[in-house]
Amino acid sequence: MSNYLDISKISIDFPTPEGPFRALDELSLRIKKGEFVSLIGHSGCGKSTVLNILAGLLQATEGGVALDGKEVNEPGPDRAVVFQNHSLLPWLTAFENVQLAVRQVFRDSMSKAEMRDWIQQNLKLVHMEHAMHKRPDELSGGMKQRVGIARALAMRPKVLLMDEPFGALDALTRAHMQDSLMEIQRDLNNTVVMITHDVDEAVLLSDRIVMMTNGPAATIGEVLNIDLPRPRNRVTLAENSDYNHFRQQVLSFLYEKQRKVVEIPREPAVDEDEAAPARGKVAGLVDRLGRRA
Amino acid sequence: MISISQQTWLQPWIKLARGERPSEQLRALAKTLLVPLAGIAAFLLLWAVAAGQINTSLGAFPGPLDVWQQGGALLEEHAAERREEEAFYERQRERNAQRQAVDPSYQPRIFPYTGSATFIDQILTSLMTVTAGFVLASLLAIPLGILIGLSHTLYRAFNPVIQLLKPVSPLAWLPLVTMVVSAVYVSQDPLVPKSFITSMVTVMLCCLWPTVINTAVGVAGVDNDLNNVSRVLRLGWLTHVRTIVLPSAMPMMFAGLRTSLGIAWMVLIAAEMLAQSPGLGKFVWDQFQNGSSDSLSRIMVAVITIGAIGFLLDRLMLAVQSLVSWDKSADLR
Repeated sequence: MSNYLDISKISIDFPTPEGPFRALDELSLRIKKGEFVSLIGHSGCGKSTVLNILAGLLQATEGGVALDGKEVNEPGPDRAVVFQNHSLLPWLTAFENVQLAVRQVFRDSMSKAEMRDWIQQNLKLVHMEHAMHKRPDELSGGMKQRVGIARALAMRPKVLLMDEPFGALDALTRAHMQDSLMEIQRDLNNTVVMITHDVDEAVLLSDRIVMMTNGPAATIGEVLNIDLPRPRNRVTLAENSDYNHFRQQVLSFLYEKQRKVVEIPREPAVDEDEAAPARGKVAGLVDRLGRRA
Repeated sequence: MISISQQTWLQPWIKLARGERPSEQLRALAKTLLVPLAGIAAFLLLWAVAAGQINTSLGAFPGPLDVWQQGGALLEEHAAERREEEAFYERQRERNAQRQAVDPSYQPRIFPYTGSATFIDQILTSLMTVTAGFVLASLLAIPLGILIGLSHTLYRAFNPVIQLLKPVSPLAWLPLVTMVVSAVYVSQDPLVPKSFITSMVTVMLCCLWPTVINTAVGVAGVDNDLNNVSRVLRLGWLTHVRTIVLPSAMPMMFAGLRTSLGIAWMVLIAAEMLAQSPGLGKFVWDQFQNGSSDSLSRIMVAVITIGAIGFLLDRLMLAVQSLVSWDKSADLR
């Protein structure tokens, strides 16, 4: 299984008033089963776009993605996404949020009791069994993200896609979450694609770090194999010369080779006549276009 | 339905009874009770003074006291009418019993009482009509709002029509509705009177729009991330609407429903007045035509009643909202 997830020459164009804007250009990557791959790059380089294409939320203009021998055309629970801002339904409890996913995926293969056990098992995995029946507004940021991870894991996905999962958390909570994730990964050995802009996080968690060039027409700059032995411990690694060497390489890529030229951000033109309902639909695209500035 | 803890004006009383920092509670009382009361008192004073200055062909404009008296008189008339009705049926029963005693084969018949509708009867008629019209409008408006909120194309298609129909006055609709109802609603033994249908349809046509528009905006404003969650989970259309769209759109939807109910109540009074269909509007119009010395006072009673009922309807919607809303911490006002 050398290419469980096969990304071959994907490019994507976004329509803009000045013609198509090429955000990604011929990006190819092969990911093995059970591999943990991080995508790192400056904001606006199209990391999220890659993830959205893998998730099926966006369609590549050229090229394609195959997972386990099947082409990816639309979103589906075999590619569970952990969103940056947790994206839990605020009107459902932690349990119910996971339940929504479990019901959807296993409605034909699990009995009610099995579902309940499976939901509890996943919440236990992320250490959230004590707050199962709390709603997101009663949970801290880290706890919400834990539930988000439990929801994704509960789908038993082929690939776990994580979009800056810990980006919105404070440093201590983030470290805690990273340790939790490593623990889960040791037990489940999922195939994971994670987007991050945190160099330490990438080196600590990944088997491979994919470094992306700056957009427009972003693509892969360098790929770094992180062959540090597992389990990894952040404190002992701090004095490990290999670890520091990997860090140095990522830093040098980001801040020397791909040093970001700061431009004046240009707001994408939004049709003001666009009635309010359109805004929700357009927001995602505008957001992505906005990030390339 | 409305929990005690939600009633902010009650809080100081409760705390005062518990003996929690009395001076603070008294200050809170002054704020929540005295200030509004002072406002009402000032309004009554202004009304009384102004009323004395205005002379109409039916005498001086009624002051608060006249209106209060007429309010009592209207209640008394209602009670008298009910006694009359009861007596009418009682007489029939007695007569039937007597005739049956003489002739056992006699089939007793009860004739319905046909007294005039009292103020209270008119209020009940109006409440029934407004409820029917509003419920009908909501049943149409919420699904329509969801549909056009979900589809950009449908929104574009419906928007001009909605914007065109939204500002139309009920008085413009009324003749059309009356004619159509007369033509379509033909029945030997009608379940409800024609006038009820006419008023209900007019109310419905006028109060549809705020709910449609607000629901559509609420639905379209669903967080994009939640939509993505739904896509990743491949939720079916109905599940998507039920678990994601509706809870998200709930606050906007209720804002629309409240506006709609307010409009429904306003429209109803106008429609009843013009169409001479039973209800508070007709009561006002009858008093105006009647032109006795009490008429203006009675109209003022109706005015205050209409206002009070409008206010209560709004509070009722608010109570329903807090009952069905998932976000119990939201500050509803």
